[in-house]
Amino acid sequence: MKFGILIQEGPYNHQASDSAYNFIQASLEKGHEITGVFFYNDGVINTTKLMDIPADDRHISKRWSELGAKGIQLIVCVAAAKRRGINPDVLIDNARIDGLGQLSELCIESDRLITFGD
Amino acid sequence: MLHIVNKSPFKYRNLDTCVRVSEKEDPIILIEDGVYAALKGSSIEGLMKKTLEDHPVFAIRADLKARGIDEVMEGVEVCDYSCFVDMVEKHVPYSWL
Amino acid sequence: MEEQAPRKIMFVNRKAPHGSIYAYEGLEVILIFGAYDQEISAAFLDDAVLSLKKGQDTSEIGTKEFSATFRVLEAYGVENRYVERESLEQRGLTEEDLVMDVDVVDGATLRKYMGEQDVLLPF
Repeated sequence: MKFGILIQEGPYNHQASDSAYNFIQASLEKGHEITGVFFYNDGVINTTKLMDIPADDRHISKRWSELGAKGIQLIVCVAAAKRRGINPDVLIDNARIDGLGQLSELCIESDRLITFGD
Repeated sequence: MLHIVNKSPFKYRNLDTCVRVSEKEDPIILIEDGVYAALKGSSIEGLMKKTLEDHPVFAIRADLKARGIDEVMEGVEVCDYSCFVDMVEKHVPYSWL
Repeated sequence: MEEQAPRKIMFVNRKAPHGSIYAYEGLEVILIFGAYDQEISAAFLDDAVLSLKKGQDTSEIGTKEFSATFRVLEAYGVENRYVERESLEQRGLTEEDLVMDVDVVDGATLRKYMGEQDVLLPF
């Protein structure tokens, strides 16, 4: 089945990002397709490469970038990103900044859309 | 419909609204702080018992384990992410954020 | 190729305005979705009914006032706009207190509509 993912919360502050990641991993293991991950609200902060994380903790933005390298599209809402200082200069590899219309596309092309947030 | 509840029932009323606005038999899955609703002997056990009469209720094992809950109240089914994915495959999900 | 049937997409809003950005950024999404030819609904329950309250003035807290924007939802293709009756009553409000025309429905009706959707988006 095709799953689209919406993430509304920033990393570390809330478990949403971790839950989404675990859900995606389990979905891929079961052979489902992830049509895309859309980052909205403070969720856009998941995609900054400026994160500097102690070695004993998970590196959330790196984790997303690695997922993007596998061909899963990572879409960062442009309006939400601008408000929060996320621009192409700080964006992780394998993600792109795009319009809210992309979330609409995700809703249309996915069998299910699941939201993680606060 | 699959109802996803991620909030502690001791601080938020999300579970109450979810129960009010859900069809009988709709499954409810407790994730993140939502799993605290599955605590045994808590003050919301009454609400949970009523919920369990009408809905299958699941709680994510990893979230329970992280919070030191090794025993859940009777009727709540412990499940892993794989079963969470299966439920999303079967039902349209809504997250009661 | 066969044209895909329109998706039924419902925004299920539950958060109050101003204290956090969800209601405002949620409204931005609803307006964009209206431009796509899908069947869009917006439901307001719990604290989200407060987003629709008349007489909001944010000038002294310095945030953006957006309650008037809800009035354009109909023109933007959001045909179905529901408010849950119990959420209104809990907050001492009636339909006359709201900035736009809505269908006030009980929990059972809303539950039925929610059950008919392909996508449910929380804000």
